[in-house]
Amino acid sequence: MAVMEARVRTLFQYRAAALAALGTRMFWGLIRTMVFAGFFAASTARQPISPEQMTSYVWLGQAMLGMTLTWVDGDIRTMIRTGSVAYELARPVDLYWFWFARSFAARLAPTLIQGTPILLVAGLFLGLRPPPTLEAGLGWCLGTFLALLLSSAIGTIATISLLWTVSGEGVSRLLPSLSYVLSGMVVPLPFWPSWVQGAMAALPFVGLIDSPFRIYLGQFSGAALAGVLLHQVIWTVLLIAAGRCLLARGTRRLVVQGG
Amino acid sequence: MRDDLRLYLRYIGVSLRAQMEYRTSFVLVMGGALLNTVMEFLAILALFQRFGSLRGWRLPEVALLWGMIQVSSSVADAFGRGFDQFANQVRTGDFDRLLLRPRSTALQVVGHELTLFRVGRLLPGLVVLGWALARLEIAWTPERVLLVPAAVAGGAALFLGLLVVQATLSFWTIEGLEIMNAVTYGGVETAQYPLTIYRDWFRGFFTWMIPLACANFLPAHALLGRPAPSLPPFSGAAPDLMLWLSPVAGFLFLGLALQAWKLGVRHYCSTGS
Repeated sequence: MAVMEARVRTLFQYRAAALAALGTRMFWGLIRTMVFAGFFAASTARQPISPEQMTSYVWLGQAMLGMTLTWVDGDIRTMIRTGSVAYELARPVDLYWFWFARSFAARLAPTLIQGTPILLVAGLFLGLRPPPTLEAGLGWCLGTFLALLLSSAIGTIATISLLWTVSGEGVSRLLPSLSYVLSGMVVPLPFWPSWVQGAMAALPFVGLIDSPFRIYLGQFSGAALAGVLLHQVIWTVLLIAAGRCLLARGTRRLVVQGG
Repeated sequence: MRDDLRLYLRYIGVSLRAQMEYRTSFVLVMGGALLNTVMEFLAILALFQRFGSLRGWRLPEVALLWGMIQVSSSVADAFGRGFDQFANQVRTGDFDRLLLRPRSTALQVVGHELTLFRVGRLLPGLVVLGWALARLEIAWTPERVLLVPAAVAGGAALFLGLLVVQATLSFWTIEGLEIMNAVTYGGVETAQYPLTIYRDWFRGFFTWMIPLACANFLPAHALLGRPAPSLPPFSGAAPDLMLWLSPVAGFLFLGLALQAWKLGVRHYCSTGS
């Protein structure tokens, strides 16, 4: 807990950068809403997501962008490269939860700093609608919290993989591209051809963006809602277990760099 | 001038050799860029499969816009890396060193690096552009054949100009200007689709303030033989001549940006230490 708090505070320090990122995201959201409005204008068929819902989806996406990017913990990457990771091993805490907490904080802070104002402005002026039912609202809160946990679990595994690859160039480049599209950030899951949908729905990435957003739109209720949340929980638990297992192996064979 | 060119080629030779020293890293970074670009195009494909068309634009036409903007912006990113990273040089005071050398500062900054991994975005751009041109049944005339490379070059000049503006601003702000990403990356995102889908103020901004429309939207009208669009805030159709001359706008923008750069250099006051 203390680790997380310290980390969140550090990340709160960079206000100018946060402001710039905010401007960029508002701009991005505007582009995306207009693009989707253009697509909807031509189509007469009934779509699985309505134009108004799509606008909300886009703004939620800009607010929660932190969930799909920056997987590898930069500080730990440097530590592994320089060898100071040895100090990490000497700490009297469970290393996995220590790294997990860092990862969690790195997602919580941007989601709070950038997400809240985006949701506020978009809600007041730019067509973001509140969830249709109380169930959807509460479900979204829970889904977002689970998405944060899931995202941290994936991020921690990515960080742990650095114990093998050292440079981490591969994971830190490929994972963001994959998760950006597979999470539904660019195009929501229901708009993909059905065979892609099946694959996407099975992978953990939809739990980051698409599931909580469509809960927000009120597309799931009752058992369906429980199923979506369960999908997030199962992947989170699996990835945490896998991460712990990997870390145990990694630290056993770790060669400390430098001298 | 020839001397400058020789020096530039030397700079680039060094930069390329340096990048090739880390071959695995290069391959991975390029692979990441490639994957990213391909995935984004797949997303557009999915949308067309679902919706059919985008305000009267079919998939091959949007693919033409997409290909043109990816090619020109990735070329600009490859050449303009030095300007993109320039804020660091101002902050650390390293720019002083450049001033001491008896060559133009712009030449030295542009010679900083020719970023090879941008090929990862260039390649899918070229493939999609080629597919679109083959698919579209364009009534080819010599002017139209010339217009394609001219428009891509004009677009590259425009994006390079934006990077120069970003670097120039850092003479005053000292720090990097992330907000410029909204117009550089945001510009690429915007121009992937026909500008007619956007609201008037937005379209006006990307026509008159930053002539992004000239990089692909206007030349595409000339290529496809579409009637000229209106350019807000003006309501009438733009003159046909403007469609054909649109590549010039990018070069004008780059020229103006370089003039601003000279002004910035004169204003430069080292951070010292």
